Amino acid sequence: MIFHKIYTMHSKLDILWLSALACNGNAHSFLNYKDIDLFLQEFDFVYHPLLPSKYKLTDIANFKVECDILIIEGSIEKHHKIADTYLDEVISYYANMAKVIITLGTCASFGGIFAQYSQNISGLHYRQKEKLNHYNSFYNKTITLSGCPVHPETLVGTLYMIRDDTKLPIDEYNRPLYYYGYLVHNGCSRNEYFEYKIDKHNFGEVEGCSFYEHGCQGTYTHAPCNINLWSGVNSKTRAGQPCMGCSEPNFPATNLWETKKHMGIPAKLPYKIPKRAYLSLAGVAKTFTIERFSKRIFESDEKKDRVD
Amino acid sequence: MSNIKNQRRQEIIQEALRLFASNGFHRTTIPDIAKSLNMSVGNLYNYFKSKDILAQEILRYISSYLGTKLKEINETPLSSKAKIKQIVTIYFQTAQNEPEMIDFFLRVYLANRDVFDNGCEGMLCVNEFVTEIMIFFEEGVSNKELKNQDFFSAFGLFMGYLGGMVFLNGEKLLTKELDEYIDDISQNIYNALKA
Repeated sequence: MIFHKIYTMHSKLDILWLSALACNGNAHSFLNYKDIDLFLQEFDFVYHPLLPSKYKLTDIANFKVECDILIIEGSIEKHHKIADTYLDEVISYYANMAKVIITLGTCASFGGIFAQYSQNISGLHYRQKEKLNHYNSFYNKTITLSGCPVHPETLVGTLYMIRDDTKLPIDEYNRPLYYYGYLVHNGCSRNEYFEYKIDKHNFGEVEGCSFYEHGCQGTYTHAPCNINLWSGVNSKTRAGQPCMGCSEPNFPATNLWETKKHMGIPAKLPYKIPKRAYLSLAGVAKTFTIERFSKRIFESDEKKDRVD
Repeated sequence: MSNIKNQRRQEIIQEALRLFASNGFHRTTIPDIAKSLNMSVGNLYNYFKSKDILAQEILRYISSYLGTKLKEINETPLSSKAKIKQIVTIYFQTAQNEPEMIDFFLRVYLANRDVFDNGCEGMLCVNEFVTEIMIFFEEGVSNKELKNQDFFSAFGLFMGYLGGMVFLNGEKLLTKELDEYIDDISQNIYNALKA
């Protein structure tokens, strides 16, 4: 996907941040961006639900605003109104005007949690994996950033690439591969436990792999959670919580903390790894008992404990 | 490895299998195998450094032989019930046509674990065969044809049953030919595994 450079009469690009059916998790996540002051020197929010903005929501609903980039957060429901105007009309008006649309978060992208409530609730272009036609004319200028929430680096990085006219390779859902070409498994600190099929895992502990018993979806979830750490320090899987696949179209799944198995074999295998390849390697790996993996990482020999 | 060398390797495995089956594993020596093949003992050691290593290679060979046949069955669109019958048929056909293979598995591999301790731990040398059984079970459960249960419960039931029948056949205790049991045994296995 290549966007033509956005030429404006103003020095900064104007962003309209529109909240649909949302918990505002993405708006809050964005506030954690470490260089937000720097960012705001280069982009303007004509409207943002949490930040000081040039316009009010009523101005948006009365079509008084102009924008270069439209960010939609939250699921779409046909009859939902904002400031007494149908959201559908608001989206259509500003989507038509914007050079680029970003569906931010899994709700805006695929329907997410809200879509579980009603068949009439969806993302802008998708309801889970089903492609919808209502806003189809805007599809080619839409970038999908899924996640619950989206990492602020993912949003800001994408916005800078749009501004800089950078070529943006995308996947089948229009997600930028710079972020969604990775799996949550990539960079996970538990990879050794996965490789040697160590299924002993307790929630909150740093040892063990939660793929085998506790439903971790990191091996088939596209997101850079272990590449760009959250708040720069950690991720769910590193901290001891299984990945719940929040950036995938079918989020949220059921029985999140339990690995569904067929005769002891995980029903869902790592992304695009053939079953025969996985099982062959797993059979070999499980053969060996490696003593190091039976020990806690921070448990040392008493004689070597140091107390200063 | 050159084709000629590979072919020679296969001949050693085949001959060793035959001698192990007729004379017993412990009573068969490397010189016996070499003599039977008109090879020098030194040359045979060029192929296999010890009898244990030869035994481990034979186990891989059998696993690969059966695994390849199971893979062909797994790749058909047949129901799990039909696949069970095919697996039973293949196993019994192998027992009848290549009796030394199953004999090796039952009498050498299962009875001489020390020979396989260093090099064939766990599933290492039977991986190809076990992987295909895993795929068969997984797909059966996934298609809702087979009951979801512990892998080894199902594996033991399936393979223990077949191994037991071949053993009884080898002891000449069965009243019918082995292949005459295929229908009943396949049905029994299906009844035990079905969803």
